[in-house]
Amino acid sequence: MDFSFLTDPRYDFLGAFWMTIQLSFWSALGAFVLGVVLAAMRVSPVPLMRGFGTAYVNIVRNIPLTVIIIVMSQVIAGTLGLRLAVREPGVNPQGFLDSQNFRLAVLGFILYTATFVCEAVRSGINTVPPGQAEAARAIGLRFTQVLGIVILPQAIRAVIAPLGSVLIALIKNTTVASAIGVFEAAALMNLYIENEADKFPATFLAIAVGFVIITLPIGLLFGAWAKKVGVKR
Amino acid sequence: MIEMRDVQKHFGALHVLKDINLSIPAGQVTIVLGPSGSGKSTLCRTINRLEPIDSGTIAVDGTVLPAEGKELAQLRADVGMVFQSFNLFAHKSILDNVTLGPIKVRRMNKAEAEKLGMSLLERVGIASQKDKLPAQLSGGQQQRVAIARALAMRPKVMLFDEPTSALDPEMVNEVLDVMTSLAREGMTMLVVTHEMGFARRAGDRVLFMADGEIVEDAPPEQFFTDPKSARAKDFLSKILTH
Repeated sequence: MDFSFLTDPRYDFLGAFWMTIQLSFWSALGAFVLGVVLAAMRVSPVPLMRGFGTAYVNIVRNIPLTVIIIVMSQVIAGTLGLRLAVREPGVNPQGFLDSQNFRLAVLGFILYTATFVCEAVRSGINTVPPGQAEAARAIGLRFTQVLGIVILPQAIRAVIAPLGSVLIALIKNTTVASAIGVFEAAALMNLYIENEADKFPATFLAIAVGFVIITLPIGLLFGAWAKKVGVKR
Repeated sequence: MIEMRDVQKHFGALHVLKDINLSIPAGQVTIVLGPSGSGKSTLCRTINRLEPIDSGTIAVDGTVLPAEGKELAQLRADVGMVFQSFNLFAHKSILDNVTLGPIKVRRMNKAEAEKLGMSLLERVGIASQKDKLPAQLSGGQQQRVAIARALAMRPKVMLFDEPTSALDPEMVNEVLDVMTSLAREGMTMLVVTHEMGFARRAGDRVLFMADGEIVEDAPPEQFFTDPKSARAKDFLSKILTH
């Protein structure tokens, strides 16, 4: 197989995967925070918060990610005019567009992936014996303290392995960002399809192996991490 | 110290607390006895509102229990509670279990809280285990840590909800010894238990509950030697003869 396209200066193979990693990193960070907040809402004693958490998760996780990402670009940014980057007049708008699209994509991934983080964390909350929450309340901790100090630290440790799966899914999902003009690995693949049609198997293989190189260690790492920090009962 | 007035509670159709009127003065050790399902655990849990009540009032040290919120958390901090299943925080060390409340609720600084924590662990005989996790301790040790954790809040009242029921028999005494010494020091205690020896030895007063009511309220000697009600006689005959 001819892999000459990997070193061809017209294609930035590493740059495209670097974009994939950046998309994944910021999305994972945001999704983790929002997911934990959503999980907290879903177990909160306030019915309004519980209702919001439940409705959000059940609506957003059932929308195809492609739809969410395109809505981010066409509706949220296009029609409603959300600006996530500064557009300076008189300057080539490409820089603005790159930042804007990147951030819209990250926001879309966060909103979507947070629902899966939420459900994983919620199942982790169920592994913590309810007696511990009672004991925490009995020493005078407030609800947010009970959750933040006693419940969530144990819940998250219990679901590190499934969170690893969510992260792997997220990394692969970032390929959808190419739909709104973010030049990551899948966008590069499209370019290969157009320009290097004769090297089909090799281009696909290169992209696939690129992803496996990123995701495989994550799976192993999260598995080992889960074992290390798991709470003994 | 604890005042309950006309307290009613239902679990669905089940009337678990019926017209509870109870006054426990400071320093008194009150033992709650009764068959399972009689409402004694529920009674204990309503005192710091881990179990909400349907009607009536409960006051601790003159303050009527507020609804959910900051005031309730404040009040719970003054009421120590020890559970049947220990409920230690499984991800925190023994010392952290004890210092958590003083640091987060009482806003004590870490050094001071650890000094207090160590003195309490010393007192319950577990100081050498301070860096272990709860799962590494025996049941009896865990329960003594749970007592130290409750005492670290310097509570006005201690509630014990069947503290020895989940323990292996040889570990029961180490926990009861700690409770007995607490009682001698004048702590106000409400103890739900099946340990009749402890009830006689450390109790000032026995409440006998059946079907959600306080059926008898007497000093331990009188209750054990001369129970008035048929329910209490029946209960005692079952547990004292085996």
